[in-house]
Amino acid sequence: MKRLLSAAIAATMFTLPAMAAEVKIGFVTTLTTGGAVIGNDQKNAVDLALKHIGGKMGDLDVNLIYGDDGFKPETGKQVTDKLVKQDDVTFVAGYIWSHVLLASRKSVLDAGKFMISANAGPSPIAGKLCHENFFSTSWQNDQTPMAMGEVLNQKGVKSLYIMAPNYAAGKNMVTGVERTFKGKVLGKDLTKWGADAQLDFSAELAKAKASGAEGLFVFYPGKAGGAFIKQYHQAGLKDILPLYSVFTVDALSLPKLQAANFESVIGSQTTQQWDPSLDNPQNKKFVADFKAAYGTYPSFYAAQAYDSIMLIKSAVEAVKGDLTDMDGMRAAMKAANYPSVRGKYSYGNNHMPVQNFYLREVVKDSDGTWTTKVVKTVFENHQDTYASECSLK
Amino acid sequence: MDYTLLIVQTLNGVQLGLLLFLVASGLTLVFGILDFVNLAHGSIYMVGAFICASLTFVVGNFLLAILIALPLTAAVGYGIERLLARHLYARDHLDHVLGTFGLILVIDTSVHLIWGPEGFAVPLPAWLDGQVEIFTGVVIPTYRLLIIGVGLAVAGGLYWLVNFTRLGMLIRAGASNRVMVSALGIDIQWLFALVFALGAMLAGLAGMLISPITEASISMGGEIIITAFVVIIIGGIGSMKGAFFAALIIGLIDTLGRSFLDDIFKLFMSSDAAETSAPAISSMLIYILMAVILAVRPQGLFPPKVR
Repeated sequence: MKRLLSAAIAATMFTLPAMAAEVKIGFVTTLTTGGAVIGNDQKNAVDLALKHIGGKMGDLDVNLIYGDDGFKPETGKQVTDKLVKQDDVTFVAGYIWSHVLLASRKSVLDAGKFMISANAGPSPIAGKLCHENFFSTSWQNDQTPMAMGEVLNQKGVKSLYIMAPNYAAGKNMVTGVERTFKGKVLGKDLTKWGADAQLDFSAELAKAKASGAEGLFVFYPGKAGGAFIKQYHQAGLKDILPLYSVFTVDALSLPKLQAANFESVIGSQTTQQWDPSLDNPQNKKFVADFKAAYGTYPSFYAAQAYDSIMLIKSAVEAVKGDLTDMDGMRAAMKAANYPSVRGKYSYGNNHMPVQNFYLREVVKDSDGTWTTKVVKTVFENHQDTYASECSLK
Repeated sequence: MDYTLLIVQTLNGVQLGLLLFLVASGLTLVFGILDFVNLAHGSIYMVGAFICASLTFVVGNFLLAILIALPLTAAVGYGIERLLARHLYARDHLDHVLGTFGLILVIDTSVHLIWGPEGFAVPLPAWLDGQVEIFTGVVIPTYRLLIIGVGLAVAGGLYWLVNFTRLGMLIRAGASNRVMVSALGIDIQWLFALVFALGAMLAGLAGMLISPITEASISMGGEIIITAFVVIIIGGIGSMKGAFFAALIIGLIDTLGRSFLDDIFKLFMSSDAAETSAPAISSMLIYILMAVILAVRPQGLFPPKVR
């Protein structure tokens, strides 16, 4: 009996590698430090995506390996190197932070693998550094603030004060809003970012108030967003200096703000390419199942991570599991022929989405939970401005 | 020049400085008296914030939560002293650094496991949640005024404790010559444990006070510990007075640098160059100050008298 058993075990051990025709995907996100709030949300979404597709892409089993960038470009590059060289993955997806993505891109692209950004969209990667094997399921950094600039024009806001963290994405956000906003920018603060980011904005808020601007534009992703909203609330600026933000008020900060009852965030507006209230079957399923599994609304980070897995699935299935057919997979991804939670979109020559941008407002849902809903469409099929600098056709 | 803005920014700077003082005073106390480098001081600051944040949701009042959380944080400090620090006193500073660095990882991960990575937004009672107009045109959040008040009260309390009480006398004596203190029949281990717990409580208090402004989060300890070390180096290691003045200087330099440096730079360079260089320079200012102090007065501004 014992011998039979060990023979059986040995047999499975030998047959396993043959059976395990699999597609290896690396997913780099932030699982430690304060940035882990975002990383966990993305991980939850990826796990949900894998559950929805039954852990399979076509006939291949999905072997998904997470990597933790620790919110640092150098760590992000190391774990990317590990995924590419040691694990020999076919796709590396994820990347919350623009500076981490920029530090890691060569490791992936020089090794001839696909890189799928599920969040970061720094301007170089859409322009001069664009690459045939790079795809984004998010946006180019400038686009969302450009939509906000357009909203400000429509509202007749004449003067603006701008605050953002001092790193690649922060600068892109400032450039973006300045590109479309037609009024006057009365002042600008770029604050310290990274592991010891500045979270006390008393000095900047006092300056913003003293500037006499009609509106305050901010970009503070992750936990800085919550901190910013609280200080904005404590400084009593709601009626003096209305807040227009991008990537600051999201499904990650809202539950905490609600628990602490920071009411002044209700009604604040933000622009985005996705919203939990978008009406398409894929999004409804995603939001409902995400809420059922994890108890909160998914954030846009989660939505983009979910899409990245679905995009990869469409590529793998298009080549019938032949992972050596890079051209076939590239063409399949370029077609964006998968049910995205944001609805249908297409890819530009630089493999950045050409998509709609919506104005979202913070509201209470029917259960009293704080969330966002779409107010209107700001841009239809919007393409980023760096596409012309990209040499790809 | 807008004078109301200058006054508001000065108050903001004082508030930041006093908060830094709370962290740095505990650090300098432990370093000065126990000769112990405690890198994990920032983690105690974080633990204080998390204990207070969760208590706020349990008891429903932030100030009450602080009162309960203070002895709890002191107890955490006492536990660390008994379990880890006590065994490292006799060793050299590198061992302290290694030991307490390990402790940072342990505490950070424990907090991650207990409370999760997302942290807490801490609600304030309504009467603290507004703004006050101190005089015409100078409006600051009430809560920041409270921090200034608490910071000054703690500074006064520590001054009294160190200079006018028996315990303070022992602390000063222990700082000058601990062998002699124990030879005179004072239970030096008990004194050390008490000082360590006091230092932990001060750090915890700072963490509790900052969490309604930013939030209780895992990386908050690492964000403040470097600045706290800069404070005690500038002030003179082991000196309470030094910690107080250096913390205020750093708070003011940091806040005023952030607010006015770009305007000053615009006087002699293009506005684009000023906008990009000012944030970089202003975040370097305190380190530049530290480098200057180390070069011209390495013992710090107010070194303790006997060492």
